[in-house]
Amino acid sequence: MNFKALMLGTALFGAGFSASALAADLTVGFSQIGSESGWRAAETTVSKSEAKKHNVTLKIADAQQKQENQIKAIRSFIAQGVDAIFLAPVVATGWDAVLKEAKEAQIPVVLLDRDIDPAGKDLYLTAVTSDSVHEGAVAGQWLVKTVGTKPCNVVELQGTVGASVATNRKKGFEEGIAGHPNVKIVRSQTGDFTRAKGKEVMESFIKAEGGGKNICAVYAHNDDMMVGAIQAMKEAGLKPGTEILTVSIDAVPDIFKAMAAGEANATVELTPNMAGPALDAVIAYKTKGTVPPKWIQTESKLYTQADNPKAVYESKKDLGY
Amino acid sequence: MTLRLPRIGTSQIIALAAILAINWTVSPQFFDIRFQDGRLFGSLIDVLNRGAPVAILSLGMVLVIAMRGIDLSVGAVMAIAGAIAASLADSHPLPVVLAAALGAGLACGLWNGFLVAVLGIQPIVATLILMVAGRGIAQLITEGRIVTFTAPGLSWFGGGSVLGLPAPVAIALAMLALTLLVVRGTALGLMIEATGGNARASALAGVGTRAITLAVYAWSGLCAALAGIVAAADILGADANNAGLWLELDAILAVVIGGTSLFGGRFSVVLAVVGALIIQAMNTGILLSGFPPEMNLVVKAVVVLAVLLAQSPRLAGLGLLLRRKRP
Repeated sequence: MNFKALMLGTALFGAGFSASALAADLTVGFSQIGSESGWRAAETTVSKSEAKKHNVTLKIADAQQKQENQIKAIRSFIAQGVDAIFLAPVVATGWDAVLKEAKEAQIPVVLLDRDIDPAGKDLYLTAVTSDSVHEGAVAGQWLVKTVGTKPCNVVELQGTVGASVATNRKKGFEEGIAGHPNVKIVRSQTGDFTRAKGKEVMESFIKAEGGGKNICAVYAHNDDMMVGAIQAMKEAGLKPGTEILTVSIDAVPDIFKAMAAGEANATVELTPNMAGPALDAVIAYKTKGTVPPKWIQTESKLYTQADNPKAVYESKKDLGY
Repeated sequence: MTLRLPRIGTSQIIALAAILAINWTVSPQFFDIRFQDGRLFGSLIDVLNRGAPVAILSLGMVLVIAMRGIDLSVGAVMAIAGAIAASLADSHPLPVVLAAALGAGLACGLWNGFLVAVLGIQPIVATLILMVAGRGIAQLITEGRIVTFTAPGLSWFGGGSVLGLPAPVAIALAMLALTLLVVRGTALGLMIEATGGNARASALAGVGTRAITLAVYAWSGLCAALAGIVAAADILGADANNAGLWLELDAILAVVIGGTSLFGGRFSVVLAVVGALIIQAMNTGILLSGFPPEMNLVVKAVVVLAVLLAQSPRLAGLGLLLRRKRP
């Protein structure tokens, strides 16, 4: 693999291409899952603008949540002879055959946002994903740092039961607060990643914990549930952001609105920019022959009220969230 | 014009009381109610408030089921009405917003009624069409994102209050009174039951079964739209992907717990609402109990099974038989 890449790189340099000129000629096919969530829509928007920034022609195929559509799209990209294929796989398994075809056609495949079954590791160039355990850990570490040595009872709004993101974000948060016995998760329930459920669950947490007096912080596996929880706290006469700390994950625009209003404290970004690092890797691979690591982890950036939430809201609101 | 009391319902009332008592044991402050910001506040109020959308849905569903039909589209209609209301709320006056959202619900209901009454398609298939397509329509309206609004008029439907009662509860009560008045205060209820019992015989006896079928599905659509408005007002936004998701099943369950037969022919509006409260009391109890979330559905299933078994006439007969056999 390494040798082949080196050969390819040398051959291209030998032909006298300069790096930027080649990048301008690259065409990348992107098989996107669909637009099931605001984040997905934002990812598509950001991918388009990143492609423009990198001078790459990006062809996006919307699979409407179907693997067979993604396989069809990849085959058509191969037939068109694109320079690289980006794939946001809708499921983890069943990619071997089509990825082998891409490999035989010597078209590198980059996975975005999600990984595929480990058995296929040599079938793709690299995977650009976020580490959801790490996201939870960042949230936990922020809380530990913010409360210091004070005792702090945390209530947790989990994502959908059984979803890997929910399991990982729970695990990461627990790792983040490990070794700080003053920070304790006292209640944990699922809010199904939705606003309405987040609000309902928070309402009962408030009742169960002495009208909210025993709650020091809320941790939600996504921002939407937190937006609902903030409403529940306000309706109960509590002050989220000051009386009760909040930390959640995703960094969708509406949480920045709440942060600007002083009603939310922190969020950890699940960046919609998966295409940027992927394009960097593909361009380096195509021009210099640099083989990227098998996993490129995106940054899980922490945003707090100190990060000018209003400006972030303005920059994010038109991305399609 | 006299309103009849529900004919039976002891088992449902006992079930509700038992669940409330269990909630009280897992959470001693369950019955604490205080007054805050002009609104009653407490777990019991939460049960009523959170149960309101399903209660409103069950008011439409109970009549549909009484006619031997079923309406699977109510969850999707909720999403459509919520999406329309939220999209218009900040740019149009409240009457226009409500008329548009309720009108959409009415249109959806009439469509279902048309498929069932005029084209003779089986209700489960006819309403399945809108159940699947309706959510897509709602997603088209919101363009897949959560449309938020700030208009105080529409927000009242979620966060407002009437005499201290949360607005959704007051709306559900008003709708209950209206439904009772229309179906039990007139002969309409009897005609619905007759149609459900034997549509052919009723038609021959002079009951306008086709018109009644249309009207009942339209009413179900209207109720669903109102529930959708309440749900959207609650979170100050329309979440087309999740609003009303699977609530058609909760509404059917509420009606069934309320003792209405899926074979049509008899129904109880009040007990359907009690059924909705049983479901919500259970949900709130699970949230208060601190059980791990993996247990939610198991607990729910066990409670529902217990409530339905308690109502089963065969089981009651079996109990009698066993007692008789004993010397």
